[in-house]
Amino acid sequence: MLLARLSQEEVTGRLVGRAHWHPLEVLFWVAAFATIWLFPSKHLILTEIAWLALFALSLDLILGYAGIVSLGHAAFFGFGAYTAALLAKHEIINEPVIALVVAGLAASALGFVTSFLVLRGTDLTRIMVTLGVAFVLREIANQNGWLTGGADGLQGVTMKPILGQFRFDMFGHNGYVYCLVVLFVLFLLARRIVNSPFGLSLQSIRNNPLRASAIGINVNARLIAIYTIAAGYAGIAGALLAQTQAFASLAYFDFERSADLLLVLVIGGTGYLYGGIIGAVVFKFMHDYLAVLTPQYWPFWIGLLLVVLVMVGRERITGWTAPFRRMADRLDWRRLRPRGETTEGR
Amino acid sequence: MLTILFDGIAYGMLLFVLACGLAVTLGLMNFVNLAHGAFAMAGGYVTVVMVNRWGVPFFAALPLAFLFSAVIGLLFERTLYVHVYRKPHLDQVLFTIGLVFMSVAAVDFVMGSQQVFVQLPSWLEGQFTVFGVGIGRYRLLIIVICGVLTVGLQLVLSRTRFGSRLRAAVDDARVARGLGINVNRVFALTFAFGSGLAGLGGALGAEILGLDPIFPLKFMIYFLIVVTVGGTSSITGPFLASLLLGIGDVAGKYYVPTFGSFVIYTIMIVVLIWRPQGLFARPVGR
Repeated sequence: MLLARLSQEEVTGRLVGRAHWHPLEVLFWVAAFATIWLFPSKHLILTEIAWLALFALSLDLILGYAGIVSLGHAAFFGFGAYTAALLAKHEIINEPVIALVVAGLAASALGFVTSFLVLRGTDLTRIMVTLGVAFVLREIANQNGWLTGGADGLQGVTMKPILGQFRFDMFGHNGYVYCLVVLFVLFLLARRIVNSPFGLSLQSIRNNPLRASAIGINVNARLIAIYTIAAGYAGIAGALLAQTQAFASLAYFDFERSADLLLVLVIGGTGYLYGGIIGAVVFKFMHDYLAVLTPQYWPFWIGLLLVVLVMVGRERITGWTAPFRRMADRLDWRRLRPRGETTEGR
Repeated sequence: MLTILFDGIAYGMLLFVLACGLAVTLGLMNFVNLAHGAFAMAGGYVTVVMVNRWGVPFFAALPLAFLFSAVIGLLFERTLYVHVYRKPHLDQVLFTIGLVFMSVAAVDFVMGSQQVFVQLPSWLEGQFTVFGVGIGRYRLLIIVICGVLTVGLQLVLSRTRFGSRLRAAVDDARVARGLGINVNRVFALTFAFGSGLAGLGGALGAEILGLDPIFPLKFMIYFLIVVTVGGTSSITGPFLASLLLGIGDVAGKYYVPTFGSFVIYTIMIVVLIWRPQGLFARPVGR
């Protein structure tokens, strides 16, 4: 209907327009990089935010864009973490960046293999299968203590300097810059992916798989592709954690990690790339605050938050970003040109 | 060998009583309830408090545990769950995980994080031998109670008016509504009853499964396996799935301890891929 009245060029123009950078986005990343100099004493928690944001971004790719509910995303996170830690421990790949890429590729491979399991069935089946995959990996890591250190975790990992230049110092300065740069680069890639025709086709699959296949989209192939990519992202997030901590443990595979991740993403809002990052910031600071307040019982407050989020309605709570987006629209001179009635994101 | 089979059957029966409420509610409302284990835990802890602290006899405590969990279940269903049925599965998952986290932390706060046991009457402890098979008295009791419950449930479902309403609602809720069946009421009652059964299972299982605050998380996957493998369209499916799971788990841990629970998860994934509707489910026209 709407599309029929648009010429090919107009469609392309609108798609390109969608992908333009908002002034607020630029501001966001300038602020993010400014934290390197502004808050040097907070670099340890900021590092955690950076890898958590990347992890949440990875879940957003499959949940927010492709509509796959996963309760076992920690499987890829842990797999990437163990890969990176083992590569460093046995001095197979000494350079952290190359090890990071390898860990990401390994997690992608795992994602590709397991993606066939999530294609079939309903949401419930997917939840079960993703849960099961994470449990199986955790068991494998647990049973092969000679390789992974079993329940004690993988100790004795020493990280070599990044690019042979920058040592992982104990205050986490270099580690933070490293994580932030990786997050930014992968964010750019994800931004490119979701704004491409491929990304749009994913959103159409999320909204209605049947109709998507009716207009000629190969649903399964696209889901496999995005699942593989997201698994690689999660693996890199895990590898970042393993590299900055010089440690890997079974807890990386835990169900709680996958569940917390869902909360992180939901706090920030699903289906737009900044959701995971904003959620990670809010979640980590909240966690930090609550953990000091009630060290043992903070899961209670996390649980309460989840219940309240659902009861009140996720849209209404994450709706607090809407005024900012409207403001951004007004600031944005490029928006003066005619646009379709859809707005970016949800 | 036969002792393991016996233990496995007891374990499986217990799982069935714990999980059958979940199977029915899932089939009825297509509602993903990950917090089912929390109701079981509630029943278990109430029994522990009653028996160990207040000196209530064990057999009097069991029905009370059932009632307690059922009332809590009904309360939660009427106040919170009703608002979530129509929401997407993601919301249901988030909501019930939230409940699980809250229950874990709350029980940890009130009861402490260590594992607790119910003081059983002395005549239930130990085991006796029949034809060379060692039979634990307590496990025998579990099999008897759960067996009676299963038969009772099957009779209620197949013979009573409520049972036929329930089956109609599970098969097709819209048509059932059209026929004047108050599906919401049927569902609330079923939910309460299922929670009560879970509570009873938690009370009975405290001795065998171990009761601590992370119980709902530990057994969540087991309940879900029972439901997804067994299917949600009848209770025979979950029953057979529970038995298989119980026997498989006990035998697996005994014969190949190095694999641990690995086998169970792998089997679950294979079954889900092979038959997403569950092993014993009949095809549902939806």
